[in-house]
Amino acid sequence: MVSNTSEELISNNEIVEEELEPTDLEDAVDNIERVVPAIEFRDVYLSFDDATILNGISFTVRRGETKVILGRSGGGKSTTIRLILGLLKPDSGQILIDGEDITHYSENEMMEVRKKVGMVFQEGALFDSLSVYDNVAYRLHEQGVSEQDVETEVRRMLRFVDLEDAIDKMPDELSGGMRRRVGIARALVGDPQIVLFDEPTAGLDPPTARTICELAIKLRDLEDVSSIFVTHELKNLEYLSNEYAVVDENGDVNFEQEGEKLCLINTEIVMLKEGKVIFTGKDDEFYASEDKYIQTFVHGK
Amino acid sequence: MNLLQKFLLELQEITLLITAAFVGLFKSPRYVKETVKQMDLIGVGSLPIVILTGFFTGGVLILQTFPLLVYYGAQGESGKAVSTSLIRELGPVLSALMVSGRIGSAISAELGSMVVSQQIDAMRALGTDPYRKLVAPRLIALIFMLPFLTVAADVFGLIGGGIVASTLFNQDYGVFLASVRNGITVEDIISGVIKPLFFGLIIGSIACYKGLSTTGGTVGVGRSTTSAVVLSSIVVIIFDFFLSRALQSILDVRPV
Ligand SMILES: Nc1ncnc2c1ncn2[C@@H]1O[C@H](COP(=O)(O)OP(=O)(O)OP(=O)(O)O)[C@@H](O)[C@H]1O
Ligand SMILES: [Mg+2]
Repeated sequence: MVSNTSEELISNNEIVEEELEPTDLEDAVDNIERVVPAIEFRDVYLSFDDATILNGISFTVRRGETKVILGRSGGGKSTTIRLILGLLKPDSGQILIDGEDITHYSENEMMEVRKKVGMVFQEGALFDSLSVYDNVAYRLHEQGVSEQDVETEVRRMLRFVDLEDAIDKMPDELSGGMRRRVGIARALVGDPQIVLFDEPTAGLDPPTARTICELAIKLRDLEDVSSIFVTHELKNLEYLSNEYAVVDENGDVNFEQEGEKLCLINTEIVMLKEGKVIFTGKDDEFYASEDKYIQTFVHGK
Repeated sequence: MNLLQKFLLELQEITLLITAAFVGLFKSPRYVKETVKQMDLIGVGSLPIVILTGFFTGGVLILQTFPLLVYYGAQGESGKAVSTSLIRELGPVLSALMVSGRIGSAISAELGSMVVSQQIDAMRALGTDPYRKLVAPRLIALIFMLPFLTVAADVFGLIGGGIVASTLFNQDYGVFLASVRNGITVEDIISGVIKPLFFGLIIGSIACYKGLSTTGGTVGVGRSTTSAVVLSSIVVIIFDFFLSRALQSILDVRPV
């Protein structure tokens, strides 16, 4: 999986979109898998008491694709993400993960599905009685992985989010941004194929926010992870929809701007308004949109 | 009607919680380490207050009944008087009340704040069943440790009674001890140990249920903690009556 360059990835996706005619058997197998979206919402409704939060939401996240969800505060973005994990159940409609209809799954059946999903909570939601190490190691400890492997993996993940020094700290000794990054490390342990980011950059300084976006780009382009990225910040959108990660001959990861050479097709925007999806598409279409609501969202007035 | 509905609903939820916790015991991973930790916290941690409670309850029993026994000329039976009421009733119930105040509140506050800070959601998202990881160890620890605590309360109650009888009323230790031995029956001991098993289940399940169903932020945590203690104390006391009655007929206990 790691060997996938972004070119390969993108051409794969293009095949899905344009010509579903595999040339050889291996391709065919690969493509069938790719046709099935990683996440699919079909006409999902949800209300709390009498307030309708989701009013018929439909969208899909393909393999290796990142969907950026935009919308007003309180617009139901976190709720949407919670539905994917089965932490909430919709009133009606269907939610599919890897083609599996999980809408009516019991808590037990959901446990299997959750194994392939990593979630970064908006508020971090770290276990405050456990150290940073134990928080990040949580999933591995539950799976009974040997302590030696756990330690290697935890250190790798913490290096990823630049927090190796904080390994023995308790969550209440961390700043808000550090807590968020520990949450990211915890979500990414075990290499989940689907990652849900709930406003991972809110309240972080620009360089740290950039690091987190780079992380999401790397997951998308190098690890073929499907993800949902909820955010309010258009800067994040810019990074995610204009840059891609490639591995050079030395094995270093570089970020390149999309341009003449290739155009990113694996990042799309989903805009929510009053419980409905009012826009799905690329960033340039988004900025060019005539819609009043989108205009005010972009310009803030 | 609404109140009855609410009561039945809660009863159903609590039953489901207990079932979920115990069904989980037969599947791996089993949270043995977690359970041992809770046993230490609940059992060893509550020992001092339970001992103190038992000691002074035994003491005050003698203090109040001894003059009465003297009046009836039955001061030789003082040990019997304190041991019967202590082992049958006061030991189990008072230990349960103390533990419900100390542990029931701690459990529901802990689980409640995990709910409001989304840690329970995070736990579920990471593939762990909170009923198995959090509820089952606490229930087992309570059910297992409360009988021991009760026995400790009983023993120290008798010691307290003995000390009061000998120091304040100049009774011989030997006489007191003999009448204790005389007064305790096997049925008393059995029923005195069976009761805390149920009380442990009551306290644990109510505290876990109240904690996990917390809503409304920090204020909600306070609310569920209070209602966990109040509800479990009341249920313990009410249930004690019916349990005593049932045990009486099952064990065929003679009325003193
Ligand atoms: N458990 C709940 N009970 C009742 N209402 C809820 C609950 N959870 C969320 N809501 C309501 O649902 C709406 C959507 O909440 P949600 O958290 O999904 O918003 P959001 O889009 O993530 O907002 P933000 O960008 O501020 O994080 C809000 O109006 C909120 O009041
Ligand atoms: Mg949110």
